[in-house]
Amino acid sequence: MKFPRLAKGLSGLKKFGVAELVLLVSIAILVVVVAFPILLIFWNAFTTPEGKFNLKDVVTILSQPQTYEALWNSVVIAAGVTALSTVLGVFFAWLVTRTDLPFKNLMKLLFVVPFMLPSFIGAIAWKILCSPRGGYLNVFLVNLLGLEKAPFNVYTMTGIIIVETMYLFPFVFIQVSGALERMDPTLEESALISGIDLFTITRKITFPLITPSFVAGALLVAMYSLSHFGVPSVLGQNAGIYNIPTLIYQAIHASGGSFNAIRTGTVLASLLVLAAALILYLQNLVLKKGRYQIIAGKSMRPMLLKLRGLRVPMLVLSILYIAVTVLLPTVIIFLVGALKTYGLPLKFTNMTLDNLKYIFTWKMTRDSIKNSVILSVGAAVVTMLVGTMISYVIVKAKVKGKFILEFLGMLPYSVPGTVIALGVILAWSGKFGINLYNTAGIIFVAYIARYMAFALKSTSASLEQVHDSLEEASRACGASHWQALKDIVLPLIKPGMISAFFMIFFPALRELTTSVLLYGPTTRTIGVAIYALHEDGETVYATALASIALVIIVIGEIIIRRLSKAERRNA
Amino acid sequence: MAQVELVHVTKRFGKVTAVNDLNLKIEQGECFSMLGPSGCGKTTTLRMLAGFEDLDEGEVIVGGEIYSSSVKKIYIPPNKRNFAMVFQAFAVWPHLNVYENVAFPLKDRRLPKAEIKERVDKALQHTGLTKVKESYPNELSGGQQQRIALARAIALNPTVMLLDEPLSNLDPKLREEMRFEIKELQRKFNYTVVFVTHDQAEAMAISDRMMIMDHGVVQQVDAPMKIYNHPANKFVFGFVGLSNFIPVRVQEGGAVVESAPEAGVLTREIPAGFKAPSATLACRPSEIAFVSEGEGGVKGVVKRRAFLGEVIDYRVMIGATEIRVQKLYRQGLLREGETCYLRFNRLHWYEA
Repeated sequence: MKFPRLAKGLSGLKKFGVAELVLLVSIAILVVVVAFPILLIFWNAFTTPEGKFNLKDVVTILSQPQTYEALWNSVVIAAGVTALSTVLGVFFAWLVTRTDLPFKNLMKLLFVVPFMLPSFIGAIAWKILCSPRGGYLNVFLVNLLGLEKAPFNVYTMTGIIIVETMYLFPFVFIQVSGALERMDPTLEESALISGIDLFTITRKITFPLITPSFVAGALLVAMYSLSHFGVPSVLGQNAGIYNIPTLIYQAIHASGGSFNAIRTGTVLASLLVLAAALILYLQNLVLKKGRYQIIAGKSMRPMLLKLRGLRVPMLVLSILYIAVTVLLPTVIIFLVGALKTYGLPLKFTNMTLDNLKYIFTWKMTRDSIKNSVILSVGAAVVTMLVGTMISYVIVKAKVKGKFILEFLGMLPYSVPGTVIALGVILAWSGKFGINLYNTAGIIFVAYIARYMAFALKSTSASLEQVHDSLEEASRACGASHWQALKDIVLPLIKPGMISAFFMIFFPALRELTTSVLLYGPTTRTIGVAIYALHEDGETVYATALASIALVIIVIGEIIIRRLSKAERRNA
Repeated sequence: MAQVELVHVTKRFGKVTAVNDLNLKIEQGECFSMLGPSGCGKTTTLRMLAGFEDLDEGEVIVGGEIYSSSVKKIYIPPNKRNFAMVFQAFAVWPHLNVYENVAFPLKDRRLPKAEIKERVDKALQHTGLTKVKESYPNELSGGQQQRIALARAIALNPTVMLLDEPLSNLDPKLREEMRFEIKELQRKFNYTVVFVTHDQAEAMAISDRMMIMDHGVVQQVDAPMKIYNHPANKFVFGFVGLSNFIPVRVQEGGAVVESAPEAGVLTREIPAGFKAPSATLACRPSEIAFVSEGEGGVKGVVKRRAFLGEVIDYRVMIGATEIRVQKLYRQGLLREGETCYLRFNRLHWYEA
């Protein structure tokens, strides 16, 4: 079936116009930025430097114990995080949408807050709290309860799974609470009036109907966790626990980027890509199979389960969960960031503002803030604009051959950050004429590749809502194609473009996974600087810089919320 | 003894009183509909009857037993009421096929397998779904989906069947067809049916008695024909059937159109008690006749004529007042702009 379409696509190119040109440019951009680096990874993994097919090295690398141990760890961590996130996400989503829990709207907001906290900063906080050697929480509990040894050890698989879950569970929470809110309440009411009790309804009607949503959320968590670098790196390295991304980092860092290390990296990265593709395939399967129309026609309040005696305990449980997973780590980051020396008791007399002053005067940290801001603003602007153009071709343009673009646009969804970093190293290190290695440019192209998917998703969603007739109406009124685009389409998709900007800007600002493989002596980002300071044992400076990053993130989030609220009022 | 009884029922949402001191008795085997514009409280009343909403004041009594009571603090939950309900948005379970949709509530009651099968098959047969019983709802049309909901309700053999605008999501032709199906099923099984709708034709076609509500207050409860012919007030007159409201001045010798007293006298019979100089007269478009000059009609000019098939719809201006008149097209045509004379039959008098 593909070939006739391809033939048609090629014959279409004979009639060359503006649309065809834009299509070609879009394809070229995606190929250079996304497809080519990824192909290079596979090429590198399966060939010798002379270009001959080579499976021997692949087998050798895969049969090394540290490889399959890392693979096993990746799978176990991902499975654990997914299971735990699903249980927590579904439970809390049900609690805030289907029960009479007090302060529901506030709690709904709070459960999404863990998203704002970068997970590697969370991991550093938990290390400070629960390290078996002198973690503050451990010391506190030992003194309080007179224990013989520290109750918690965060340097374990369990520790990694729990900490990762804290920051990934909102994926499931958002999906499931959204589905529960949009679900037609009469589907449950009709069961209730037919004599079925609420517990059976929840089991036999509600959960089967929201299954696609929570599976989608769970698979997203699995994909993230499988290729997650921050938490396993911060908590696992002391105990010799590696997963695939940290092993790639280890291999490349230990050798300073030698050919063999890169080769090992590309083989491991190919595994990640395969795993991600498998998860994506499963997700499509589930979504296709379970797509029921459950959205309500007229909105009505769903039946709320009366918690009665459990109302207050459930509220306390929810608040406690937020306090432990968000408040406690954030507070510890700020407190330790103000300590004179790491390890001192957390007393006011031990606190100082000198760390913050030092962060702002020390060239390395100052540069890292500057680099991150410039890189993330630049990447967000460029990716948003290019993404808008590509989405426009995919959604609106009547041009043959755009299926190539659709395929290339899907690609970045499934490619983990570690893989992108390796790909850009291979593509932009001078082998093909341009050498960006050790410059900010290489991080920049990596960010564009990494976040293109976000831009496409957001802008194509808003373009799909602009009905063709709006553009046609303005054309019928005598406007030219460009006028119609400028005066009708662009203003209508502006909110989508703005949200694409922020969807890229914030993750890029705190990015670690990709940058940590790409930074040079003068191109550290905030994430890299925090990570490196922490690695070097400069915990106080690491947390001081982290608290600055957190302040920037929180202020930024508040500004977007204000902006998007104002935007919605105007609409 | 009435099957369903609502006593002094009141429901408030915040400051809005959705249902205000409602008293109602519905007999066993009666098909009763609640009619009114959106937001009049009809759906809220139904939901209180079903047990989805609790009462701020009053009692719901079914078969002599108190189901909800604000004073005695009694509340039987919806799943213990042995009712059945059909919703506007169908509310069939998309992950179950037609047979399972109907059987699920029965299975939950742990009835013997043979009985479940018998009841489901019978319900499917009565709703014409036997052939598609293996299908899933998304493979079926809107009408078929609503029949699943009906079949589910029939199989439950409820004491009261509640229908919440069940036909509003269907296209007009199907809507008329299903009206009669519902009515037929109701007669066959002698169900007590409470039917909520905003469509007056639907309510009139289906019900033994109906209740007209507005702003949470009952306006009239009676048989459809009685309500049509003897509306209790101006609101009911306007809501049920087509209507003209004519502002008139009451003077020596009869009532004349307020904006054109010179056009002629509408009626000389002024009901006792109407002393006021102004009043509103209400009249159905079909109750107005065209008469020849000199026969004592009110003089007007045809402004618009619309052909609606069997009927011609005229807009006649008497001064500044527009009057709608409907005549069978075989009764002769008037041209737009032509002068005509109207005789008003069956006028209803209301305060201005």
